[in-house]
Amino acid sequence: MSGTVVDGGLAAAGQVDHAAVARSSRAWGWWFVAEHRIRAMRSYVASAVIIGLGSPFLFLIGLGVGLGLLVDANQGSQGVDGVPYLVFLAPALAMAGAMQTSSQENTYGVFGGFKWFPMFFAMNGTPIGPAHIVLGFQVAVLVRVLVSLVAFVLVMILFRIGDPLGAVLLLPIGLLMAAAVGFAVMSWVATQTEDRGQLSFIERFVVVPLTLFSGTYFPLETLPWSLQWVGWISPLWHAAELGRAALYGAPLPAAMLLVHVGYLVLLGAVTCALSIRTFRRRLDK
Amino acid sequence: MIEARGLRKQYGDFTAVDGIDFAIEPGEAFGFLGPNGAGKSTTMRMIAATSTRTSGDLQVLGFDPESHGPEIRAQLGIVPQADQLDEELRVIDNLVVYGRYFGLPLPYVKRRAEELLDFAQLTEKRKARVDGLSGGMKRRLTIARGLINSPKAMLLDEPTTGLDPQARHVLWDRLFRLKEEGTTLVLTTHYMDEAEQLCDRLVVVDKGAIVAEGSPSALIRQYSTREVLEVRFGSSRNAEAAERIEGIGSRIEVLPDRVLVYDDDGEAAMAAVHERGLQPITSLVRRSSLEDVFLRLTGRSLIE
Repeated sequence: MSGTVVDGGLAAAGQVDHAAVARSSRAWGWWFVAEHRIRAMRSYVASAVIIGLGSPFLFLIGLGVGLGLLVDANQGSQGVDGVPYLVFLAPALAMAGAMQTSSQENTYGVFGGFKWFPMFFAMNGTPIGPAHIVLGFQVAVLVRVLVSLVAFVLVMILFRIGDPLGAVLLLPIGLLMAAAVGFAVMSWVATQTEDRGQLSFIERFVVVPLTLFSGTYFPLETLPWSLQWVGWISPLWHAAELGRAALYGAPLPAAMLLVHVGYLVLLGAVTCALSIRTFRRRLDK
Repeated sequence: MIEARGLRKQYGDFTAVDGIDFAIEPGEAFGFLGPNGAGKSTTMRMIAATSTRTSGDLQVLGFDPESHGPEIRAQLGIVPQADQLDEELRVIDNLVVYGRYFGLPLPYVKRRAEELLDFAQLTEKRKARVDGLSGGMKRRLTIARGLINSPKAMLLDEPTTGLDPQARHVLWDRLFRLKEEGTTLVLTTHYMDEAEQLCDRLVVVDKGAIVAEGSPSALIRQYSTREVLEVRFGSSRNAEAAERIEGIGSRIEVLPDRVLVYDDDGEAAMAAVHERGLQPITSLVRRSSLEDVFLRLTGRSLIE
């Protein structure tokens, strides 16, 4: 049976400075949330690394080399967008992977945090508040995304796909897009209170179509006009365009640079604010 | 320490808490006793500043919950009705991550977590995954978690609901320890035995309003007799028998399955029943409890 009393009392006030606790939580609450989720990720770190390294490798070999042979044979020396198909494809694949990871984590993590393992309510019982939960959750997702992006970029550098420095630039671009997608998914999922199968709609009817119609596997301009708008609203297209400019110097006018970055920042900021509003309402019972 | 005046919470047309007043002093064990849906949990959430009040005044540890949620929760230990543990993490890690939410340094949190596992009698389970724990163990872990920040007051929402009798007693023993050390305990319960065991003072709540306030023994003295005679005549005959024993004791309550006769001397009441030629199927004399207080005040039982 238990005996020891904790430093002069189990709940003895005085050993913890509660005013300092409140100050630190007001400033760093988002980080404590991220820390919690990162700690939870440690239990599947091995499989994450294997998937992180294995899947870009398979995709690049399968699509880039296999399909690339066919495409390059048909395109002759001009390639696609002026470069071999593998180089054209790689940045968009990296971005598509980041989008998928972010959307999945935000779908099931956010729904689960309210419903399956209602951790958001437990967090809300500590000094931190809803905005911290929203931000911290996204930071943890970005850490996960970063791990797979780094793996992807390493494979690209290893196989000398594009400019190595440009490949490194894919990291910040991917993170920006993953944040925008993450907050967007979160802002919708947070409003869902029952799982009636609608959660998988995001994957099937948003992520997959966006991947197919965002100029991932072929330049957006080759799509008929009636479908090109999908690319314009797709965070993936904006990020892929930035990635291509970074990796092999695809032409990018300054105005378009602003449009691509601005679109991602705006999408992320607006849906972040919406997420915070929804979290605040849902946690204030 | 915690003071409410005219505290109200409204959800649309539904009034969950209807203008209640109470004051909780440091070091006391204060209870909200009432049936499910009486507004107890809502009141707890308003105290913890996780539910915004509709109107009224509320001061918690010197702060207004509306503007100073973090300052209030920094000083509170919260044990919610649903444990809300992270089932993916190990027992010890649940305490560590929670401690970090208070910004406490990792080495301190780790040391404190070990001490609290000892207190919660979970040291042997420290590396176990939470989903493998029994209900009582999860509850004790939740209480340990609530203590990580050395709170000035613990808010316990239905601390033993859903636990078997043995697990409840282990839990009560732990809460007693806290009480002895001077931790302020604020708890809600719909178990009158729990309220009698743990609370120095309590309010009886029904439909969002406070119907009585006092220590368990004072409430029993005020609203009930010292003893109660419980007699059963069979469900079809209870009402008729109740008419025939009218006048015995100070008050009679007819429940569907039994008749309660309130008298300071239960044995004498029983003799009087026999004198009137009635032979109950079963009879029992017991001391009055908070259940009787609730029945007297609301005409209903606590657990329906």
